[in-house]
This record gives sequence, structure tokens and C-alpha cells, in this order.
Amino acid sequence: MGRTLAEKVWDDHVVTRAEGEPDLLFIDLHLLHEVTSPQAFDGLRKAGRKVRRLDLTIATEDHNTPTLDIDKPIADPVSRTQLETLRRNCAEFGVRLHPLGDVEQGVVHVVGPQLGLTQPGTTVVCGDSHTSTHGAFGALAFGIGTSQVEHVLATQTLPLAPFRTMAVTVEGELPEGVTAKDLILAVIARIGTGGGQGHVIEYRGPAVEKLSMEARMTVCNMSIEAGARAGMIAPDETTFAYLKDRPHAPKGEDWDAAVAYWRTLRTDDDAVFDREVVIDASELSPFVTWGTNPGQGAPLSADVPDPASYADPSERFAAEKALEYMGLTAGQALRDIRVDTVFVGSCTNGRIEDLRAAAGVIEGRKVADGVRMLVVPGSVRVALQAVDEGLDKVFTAAGAEWRHAGCSMCLGMNPDQLAPGERSASTSNRNFEGRQGKGGRTHLVSPQVAAATAVLGHLASPADLAGATDVRTPVEV
Amino acid sequence: MEAFTTHTGRAVPLRRSNVDTDQIIPAHWLKKVTRDGFEDGLFEAWRKDPEFVLNRPERAGASVLVAGPDFGTGSSREHAVWALQNYGFKTVLSSRFADIFRGNSLKNGLLTVVLPQETVDALWELTEADPSAEVTVDLVAREVRAGGITAGFELDENARWRLLEGLDDIGLTLRHEADIAAYEAVRPSFKPSTALI
Repeated sequence: MGRTLAEKVWDDHVVTRAEGEPDLLFIDLHLLHEVTSPQAFDGLRKAGRKVRRLDLTIATEDHNTPTLDIDKPIADPVSRTQLETLRRNCAEFGVRLHPLGDVEQGVVHVVGPQLGLTQPGTTVVCGDSHTSTHGAFGALAFGIGTSQVEHVLATQTLPLAPFRTMAVTVEGELPEGVTAKDLILAVIARIGTGGGQGHVIEYRGPAVEKLSMEARMTVCNMSIEAGARAGMIAPDETTFAYLKDRPHAPKGEDWDAAVAYWRTLRTDDDAVFDREVVIDASELSPFVTWGTNPGQGAPLSADVPDPASYADPSERFAAEKALEYMGLTAGQALRDIRVDTVFVGSCTNGRIEDLRAAAGVIEGRKVADGVRMLVVPGSVRVALQAVDEGLDKVFTAAGAEWRHAGCSMCLGMNPDQLAPGERSASTSNRNFEGRQGKGGRTHLVSPQVAAATAVLGHLASPADLAGATDVRTPVEV
Repeated sequence: MEAFTTHTGRAVPLRRSNVDTDQIIPAHWLKKVTRDGFEDGLFEAWRKDPEFVLNRPERAGASVLVAGPDFGTGSSREHAVWALQNYGFKTVLSSRFADIFRGNSLKNGLLTVVLPQETVDALWELTEADPSAEVTVDLVAREVRAGGITAGFELDENARWRLLEGLDDIGLTLRHEADIAAYEAVRPSFKPSTALI
């Protein structure tokens, strides 16, 4: 019987396999950041162990880093300690680190791909659940806990229980104005936050094949929000073109050998998935969340659902709790929800295409009175590219704040937070209670919806701007 | 890791589904660089409500958490497991756990037990009606017992053995040192390297 993409990558990394034991898998790339690594380094130190493969390990600072005044000492002493701990650990153990202020610094899941370190057919781990992002390249990439971080540092392997396979096939074509973010939010709403549990999801079908690499990363990034272990997309010409000539991509003969191998990384025609879900792309439209988990979403054109409409009592209770926390009423139009803050950034939507998309909508327009808009590039490289293209000017001219790279308001570990009761439209990945600040309320949206929402002050798509007073001025080239 | 064989204690019935790791331990707690001292951050937002089940005096000292489905969704933070353990929980029972949380729990000796939702419902009813009711989680017999309830549970043999013996994963893996070296010796040269160019 044929094998799926995920099974092929798994099989190519088995170090030992024995009856009644988990497979021991080799890890090709280990990404580190300041939050989930200190206790792992401490464990190594206590056991007198070294990092086995420094050449497969890289660290960056992202979760705690401020996005303003980065040349000044970090105000929060606890954040500062955590960053200093990472710097000390990397120096002591010899790990390559890109600290705040370095040109390669940024959100760990933006940095890996842009350096060309994330490659098809590799195993990639990081103490961060959004490691699933790297699956966009046909890598088997998943988040791990701190004990596993220590395990990989010490052994470059992980003992892993087998997973099940799931295909999410997206037929047809995404309609104009519908993005990868809308697609993945719709998938999560369809299968639920536990729907992918125990599975590696492979996204496939014509609509997926047409996505750019960055859009594919947005899709795979949120696989964890469907409960999946990982998300993957088979590598193709789009993947190879993205990787070619990146700093750490293979060169010369190695490139040819790599591409030959990468071309084998496709699910065999006779392979069988444990579960299959089919989505019709043509039925999709801009999608937003209304609740407090990423599965509680609906098309922007819909109303806030009535909890009574849920047959399952625990879902009904969850919806009631969510509406209470979010301060929403059943039946209210999603488009009528007013926001205080718009956040564009994160490992989900903090790459250059995301910034271009948001800038394209807001160019020549103004952020609505009473709304603050934060634009936080995913990495310093993304920021430099955006400046080169003049996108920073587009945002600041519209009244948005152009910030330094980092995780920022996605989880508010740095000073970028919502105040209690404040409401955001956010291009990030989680709308959990308090995620963006105690008492903060989050609506997950695409970069385009974020920008349109900033202009109108309520949840909106770019199409809604056409009907509004158009203050667009001619663009000077 | 501390071994887990059997544990008996009073329970906290947590009637909520989709309890994500941001609820278990909010992000601002993740700035700590140790594995202890997370007990006050456990369910921090909900604990502001005096009626929250964990705040009820009759639940003081309880060590068995009986949670709704999809417990531990979201972030990979192992701090969620440490927070539950620092607070005094030895085991969590639910009909469904998020994968990463489950893996983290078993690596730290916090036994996460998957039970049918009907059994969870029965345990909720029992422990809500009688807060002093004790729940026994027996990993040797793979059985949960409380009041008139007896329910078997599954756990893969290898994970169970490691928990019963309190074995360190890294030590076990390093027994395969020669296999790892053999794998490394034949890795293709085109594989990525983080070495500075």
C-alpha cells in the first residue's frame, strides 16, 4: 500500500524501531526561543550534558521582545531576565543566537523559512505549538514541550508515538478577496478545535496548490488550532522557487540532489488517509471569529450565533460563556462589532505578503478615529523589505503604528497588550480569554479584513470600503 | 521524574470544555526561568471569582482534576503541567486531551487519564454531591475507582512502564547512542545546517 507524505518523512527519520516502543526519530532542525528553553538548558547543566548537534540548532528572541525603543534596556525586569538567560545559555553551550537588534532576529517561525533552513522532507521542532508553520514546505514540523526541548538538545532525537493521517482537500478556487487565513479559519470551524487531535493534516487539492509559500505557511501555522499534531503541504515548484538561493538552501550538486529527493515527497495515489475532509473553496468568504476559541468562527456576513442553536450541551455552554466574555449578543451582525485595536503581525500573518495585503487596503485611507492599529513585522528582514517597498510609510500615513519585529500582541508577553474590555481585530492565531491582555477580546481575521476594519472601525472586508466614503488619493509613484 | 503507581485523593470537578493552556497558566507567567512557583498562576483569571470551584474551601487539598473535553488545547507550554503539579494535582481526568499537553504531562509524571464522557459526567455528579468523596487512579490496574464507579482506562504500555518506574527519557534514549551515530553517518549532505556561512 502506498504511503502519505507525512508517513514518508517519518519513515526517513526513524533511528530505531522496536515492537512496543515508540519510534526514535532524528530531528533535522531545532529552533529555540527564550520562553520554553531556560529549564531545558538547566536540565542539561545539571546532568552534565552538552548540545549534541550545534549545527542543527538555532535560537532567536521573539516572545518577550519590545517593539518600541529596542535600543533601550527592557523595562520589565522579568522579561529582561528571560532574554539574558537565553543569551547566557547560548553563549555557554555554543548555540547560534539572533538576539534583539540583530538583522536575522524575528519570530522563530518567520526566521527559519526566510533563512532557507526549513526544507522539504525535514523534521523540525521547537518549544512552540506554531512550529506547524514549517509544514508548508513538506517538513514534518511540530511543537514540543520543554522536557522534549532538553531531549532534543541532548540527543537530536525524540521518541514519538505514531500519528494518524488526515487529508483536508480544498477543491475549486478561492474567490477573489478570500485568503489563506479565511480558508484555515473555515477549516477549524468545520472540524473543531479537537478535530485534528492525534492527526497530521495534509492540505491538498487545487486551491492549496495555487497558494504562495507564505499563504501555505498561514494555513499550516493554524493546524494546531484544529488540535492537529502538524500540518503539511507537498513541496512543488512554488516551494523550490522560494528556497532557491536562500542563505541555507542547498547549493550546486546538493541542490540538484535535494530537489530530486523533494520531488518524491508526495502522497502516493494508493495511499489511504485515516480521515478525509473536503472543502469547496468557491463557497468560502472572509471569515472571522466571534468566540474564545479559534473554532468559534463564521463568515463576516453572518450574525453572532445563538447558543441555543447548538445541539451539543457542552458546545452550547461554551458558546454562552464565549458571548458573555466577548460582550456580544446572539443575532448581532458580525459587521456591527466595533473594535478599539487592530493588530497586524504574528507567525500567522507577519510576513511580507501579509504586510503588502494590509497596506494595499489601507493605502490612501485613514485609521478610524478612536482605533489604534499596530503593524508588527514578523522579522527584521521582513521589516527591511517592507521599508524598501515603502509599506511603512503607507501605514504611518494612514495613522497606524509601525513597530519593530516580534511576537508582540499575539500573546502580549511584551508591553503590547489589550486593556480589560478592549476589543481587537487581530491577524494572529488565538482568541483565547485574556490572550492579548487580561480581559481583552480578540477577533481573528485576515490582514485584508484587519486593514478594512481599521478604516471603518468595525469588522469589515475590503469590499465594504467601496461603499464607504472613499478618501483614496492618487498614489504617487 | 517521580514514579506514579496509584493515587487516591479528593477531586475538583471542572465543568468546562476546551480549557486552553492560556487559561491554565497565562503567558505573563512564562517569563519565569524555573520549573516551580507556578501554583498561584494556575487558572489565574478564573480564581479571581470566589465562586470558582478551585476557591471553594471544601476543595482545598484536592489532588485529582476532573475536566471537560479538549483539556490543554493551544500552546505547547510545559508550564501548564508544572502549574498543575505545583498546585498539588497528581492526575487529570478528561474525555479528550490536546496532544502536546498530554505528552508534556506524561513526561513529568502528571498522569492524564482518558475516560468516556459518561464516566467523567458520573465523577462530576459524585464529587459535586460529596466534595469529600475520594477518587483512586490506579495505574497498576489501569482503573479509576470512586464511590460506585469503576472504569478501566488505556495507556500505551511504554508510557505506562516509564511512569511506573519514573524513568528519564533522555537516559533511555542515550542507550541508543550507537544507532543515533549510525543514522547521522549516512544523512545526505544536502540537509540543512545552521552553521554560519
